[in-house]
Amino acid sequence: MSLELRNVGWNAGFKKIISDVSLRVTRGEFLGVIGPNGSGKTSMMSVLGGIRAPSTGQALLGDQPMKKIGRRNLARHIGFVEQQADTIDRITVRDAVALGRTPYLSLLSPWSGHDDAIVCEALASVEMGPFADRMWHTLSGGEKQRVHIARALTQQPDFLLLDEPTNHLDIHHQLGLLELVRALPVTVVAALHDLNHAAMFCDRVAMMDGGKLIALGTPEQILTSQNLRDVFGVAADIEIDDQGRCHIRYHAGNQKSLAIKKTRLRNPVF
Amino acid sequence: MFETSPVQQPVQPPGQSLAGRAYLVRAGVSIGALVLLVGVIAMAAAKGETHIPLGTVLQTIANHLWQAGYDVDPIDAGIIWNYRISRAMVAAACGASLALSGAVLQALLRNSLADPYLLGISAGASTGAVSVAILGFGAGMVSLSLGAFVGALVAFGFVALLAIPAGRGAGAIILAGVAGSQLFNALTSFIVTKAATADEARGVMFWLLGNLSGVRWPDVYLALPVAVIGLLVCLWYSRALDAFTFGVESAASLGVPVRRVYVVLIAIAASMTAVMVSIVGAIGFVGLVIPHAARFFVGTRHGFLLPASALIGAVFLVAADIVSRIILDGQVLPIGVITALIGAPAFAIILCHGRVLR
Repeated sequence: MSLELRNVGWNAGFKKIISDVSLRVTRGEFLGVIGPNGSGKTSMMSVLGGIRAPSTGQALLGDQPMKKIGRRNLARHIGFVEQQADTIDRITVRDAVALGRTPYLSLLSPWSGHDDAIVCEALASVEMGPFADRMWHTLSGGEKQRVHIARALTQQPDFLLLDEPTNHLDIHHQLGLLELVRALPVTVVAALHDLNHAAMFCDRVAMMDGGKLIALGTPEQILTSQNLRDVFGVAADIEIDDQGRCHIRYHAGNQKSLAIKKTRLRNPVF
Repeated sequence: MFETSPVQQPVQPPGQSLAGRAYLVRAGVSIGALVLLVGVIAMAAAKGETHIPLGTVLQTIANHLWQAGYDVDPIDAGIIWNYRISRAMVAAACGASLALSGAVLQALLRNSLADPYLLGISAGASTGAVSVAILGFGAGMVSLSLGAFVGALVAFGFVALLAIPAGRGAGAIILAGVAGSQLFNALTSFIVTKAATADEARGVMFWLLGNLSGVRWPDVYLALPVAVIGLLVCLWYSRALDAFTFGVESAASLGVPVRRVYVVLIAIAASMTAVMVSIVGAIGFVGLVIPHAARFFVGTRHGFLLPASALIGAVFLVAADIVSRIILDGQVLPIGVITALIGAPAFAIILCHGRVLR
């Protein structure tokens, strides 16, 4: 089973959001998608997840166009966790996770003990077992995100797509969540904001800018001082540790902000 | 797949006793509501300006359904069968449809304040009704109900047309509904103030607040199938509605054909509401509040919530109709007044104590 975009473009109304994106997700990898705000990460992820149909080009699952596969079948292969999905409904954690079984249920195949077992397994794999009977609105941000992942896991997907899964989490929960996701036996595609996280956890990194996929490779190939300056507009040093993993050290107070500060110091307004 | 989860941690499958108990509670609520519905319809047939004993009511029903041959006063039998039972059945169908539409729209649009009239239907129906009653559209060939039905569809069409270019999302539908309702309400007010006599204006106001008098069996033959078909269609989509818990995108990622579900369910909710409003007028409160009340009793899963909403809505509206007929001697209050007068405090009690039940 493969997941692939071929020359994909997607427009919101008349506005081009992404264009000419080609990408093939390798089985078993952790692929990070990075890029500045508005670079088209979320749009690309939702086309890759089959939620939006591409305006141009093709999105393929297992070498078949997603259009032909149908949404229900697609949901059995691709689990998608969007940014910060919340609800006002009073539901338990178990019920929230059970929603993931939707693509498998119908009038002829109603809920069974097998589904219960899958829900329990998914809760255990995100370490949320003891929370099964808690109400959704009593959970913290990190716990909610884990429940979302468990819900996607009950779809028994081959591919797990995560759109900025660590948003609004503290550093402990950010690392914990990514470690957990990395250990899951599924192929993961995650849009990430923190480049150090991309460096630490990803097998490959796809870098987007201005709606285009501009580079794709290992973290060491992609996360270079040059790329960071060109795409993100920041100055940074890249250190490679003895395990070959790269670490990014940003230079704060450089460029514009420093220049502004110097001018202020020279001409104090007070 | 995750046959081997990396972090093994025992998770209790839902305790048999707990899940079993929840199931029993829900089944109990549903059966209880069904029994209550039959009971309240029998009550509706007994109560009124002339009180008829419950035994006579049951005998009359038996005579009509099974030719039981009980000896019942023909005047009583006429009142029971031709006036009160038909009226109660329409009230039940109407309460069920409005509550169901409310539950469906609240789920689809992810908004607790969504109700069946959000789609401009009641506003359009009232414009249609006053066009017939006051302006004399159709030259006497068109009934008030037909006028209201056409008005409701026109207004819904207007709202739908407005929502599509505005982005099709829940927010667009809600705002288009608000705009459509305001427009048609203004048209109604304009017609009433421009052309109506004082008596006509009073009659229209009565109709706008909901009016079950004048309802007969042909109305039952229309309202009941619409309510039943509506319930079945909505139940067919109950899992899809559950999938909307975390929003539209999340529903799409769970394999729900979002656009089709939107179109079918909004069309069903609109048709049910349009039919009911054209028969009995715009009865408020039921569609907004009954689904919330039902949620407190049976939770948010639509497989339980939809039938529970329909049943509670039916019971509530039949009961409200009884009260509207007996509360003032020799005068029938508009049922919309009663639904809010009883409903608001009753809902406040559920709101405050409901959490204990769950």
